[in-house]
Amino acid sequence: MPDFPIILSNRYKVPQSWTLRAIESLGAYEMARKAFTELEPAAIAAEVKDANIRGRGGAGFPAGVKWGFLPKDSKVAPYLVINADEGEPGTFKDRTIMERDPHRLIEGCLMTMRAIGANVCYIYVRCELVTSIKRLESAIEEARQKGYVGERPFGVEHTAQIYVHMGAGAYICGEETALLNSLEGQRGEPRLKPPFPAVKGAFGAPTIVNNVETIASVPDIVRMGGKAWSAQSRLPRDGGTRLYGVSGHVKKPGVYEAPVGLTMRELIYDLGGGMLHADRPLKAVIPGGSSTPVLRPGDIVHAPEDNHPLHPWHGKSHIDVPMGVDTYRALGTMLGTCCAIVMDSSTNMVDVACNLMHFYSHESCGQCTPCREGTGWLHDVLKNLVTGKGRPEDVDLLVDVANNMMGNTICAFADGTAMPMLGFLQKFREEFIEAGRRGVPAHTLGASARALGALGGMA
Amino acid sequence: MTFTLSAESEKIVDELLTRYPQKRAACLPLLHLCQRQEGWVSPDVVAYVAQRLSLATSEVQGVVTFYTMYHQQPVAPNVVWVCRTLSCDLRGGRELQKHLEKRFGCGLNGTSQDGKFTLKSAECLAACGQAPMVQINDEYHENLSIESLDKIVDEIAAETVVTARQNPTNGKS
Repeated sequence: MPDFPIILSNRYKVPQSWTLRAIESLGAYEMARKAFTELEPAAIAAEVKDANIRGRGGAGFPAGVKWGFLPKDSKVAPYLVINADEGEPGTFKDRTIMERDPHRLIEGCLMTMRAIGANVCYIYVRCELVTSIKRLESAIEEARQKGYVGERPFGVEHTAQIYVHMGAGAYICGEETALLNSLEGQRGEPRLKPPFPAVKGAFGAPTIVNNVETIASVPDIVRMGGKAWSAQSRLPRDGGTRLYGVSGHVKKPGVYEAPVGLTMRELIYDLGGGMLHADRPLKAVIPGGSSTPVLRPGDIVHAPEDNHPLHPWHGKSHIDVPMGVDTYRALGTMLGTCCAIVMDSSTNMVDVACNLMHFYSHESCGQCTPCREGTGWLHDVLKNLVTGKGRPEDVDLLVDVANNMMGNTICAFADGTAMPMLGFLQKFREEFIEAGRRGVPAHTLGASARALGALGGMA
Repeated sequence: MTFTLSAESEKIVDELLTRYPQKRAACLPLLHLCQRQEGWVSPDVVAYVAQRLSLATSEVQGVVTFYTMYHQQPVAPNVVWVCRTLSCDLRGGRELQKHLEKRFGCGLNGTSQDGKFTLKSAECLAACGQAPMVQINDEYHENLSIESLDKIVDEIAAETVVTARQNPTNGKS
């Protein structure tokens, strides 16, 4: 396995790493102390901007720029809200931070609150993650007793309270404005934007919503310096190392830290240990959570123009393009949460699409008609195809429904459903037409991986 | 019969209310607390939460129906959530669900013949690297095979005593 610098996850393997006692001598809270006692808030924000950290929750927005959207003349203190509603199918990286190193997240929260002038931080965790919640709560209590969290962190006049807020089972609450409604005790339906949360968010106050991994990276960014941290990446304008997840048909599924700009080939064959069955090659990979359009290893980058963002990889396979927010967008997909779902040659793509559209039709909040109806119809048509009740023309029906969802709703959920649906239809069209003629053989998915022992692992 | 929280939990509620600038924000955590005590979110729980947070019962009911983790009907002492989403499905999650349906003699959202387990399907539980998995009550069980899952269910079944009040199949067909 390649030897990458391990920064964010460098305390994962310490025994009892979730307790302060175990990691106190390893530098925990040194940077938070520095942030409160030595640094100007603007200096912290400047390091984060220099770090070029692209939001780790899926949208890839530069965190330093986001902080800059807070109104300068606001009379009320902003809130910091951490999005720990990890629920995008295929994504399981934030959970490792909360379970293995909750103090790193809390330290990042403290530093961010100092940087943006917030007094209260809510960590919104999905309630299913019971271990994450327990470890975060006991870590916050430990930090409170040390005087790091509370009214005078490190003896400085700057109230910094951190609370865990439990969700109740709704994928849409990972959408930041739905999350805010849920935090306020309401149904988790997304809000119309503008106003954006930075202007009017939680309880009507300016609010910054960031992903767990993004905020857990702040202590290392300040410790190393933003520029040096950024330089860990193989790509420009997309800095640092990040957590990669890999699941599905690989030998060593798990979460691994590596520089930004790793290729999908490295993720699958080096970190992931290669394909699960020697006789079943890679058929397709969903790169960063189920909302990101699928990639095929046989597709070749065509970018002969010098100024094309993918020109350096002209003539190479899609899975040899470095994984970055901008490179993946240029490929016609998205980097998303950087957690890949790997599928071998035994996998039927109609079955895969049906599984995922079941997810989206279950999780649509129902507020906007195109999404509520569209997700349901996509799933219904796919169910017909899978069970042999479909028709070849259903392929065009699926395209039509998906096209009418895109761009017609309050939040990005409908686009996050339609885009992967269209990706499957474009790249595996013949398979869908074939299903319209003959259906899909029973148990296509599970049959490829029966009777697996304890193969799974974590870096 | 009206619902009341235990004195100990009431103290937690008082502390919860200090965390937010608006009372209403305690709605989700308070519903969780009540469900932990009562086993499900009964109409009495909804009425209690509404009264405690000065909300209309319809507002609380709207919240309850939005989220999947609030049980709107009584459930068995153990709730088994089988992850059905893609990464688990690629590694045999579907077989686990079929096996449990057979073992429990019920379908999804049903309760086992012995009244000890309610079977539900879950959307991605963020354990994709350890697929297939199920969540039973508060615990994740990962990297499962049918045999290892059976062993876990056997152990939980042996520790579970079903009282008449708990058994959701009681008095129903």
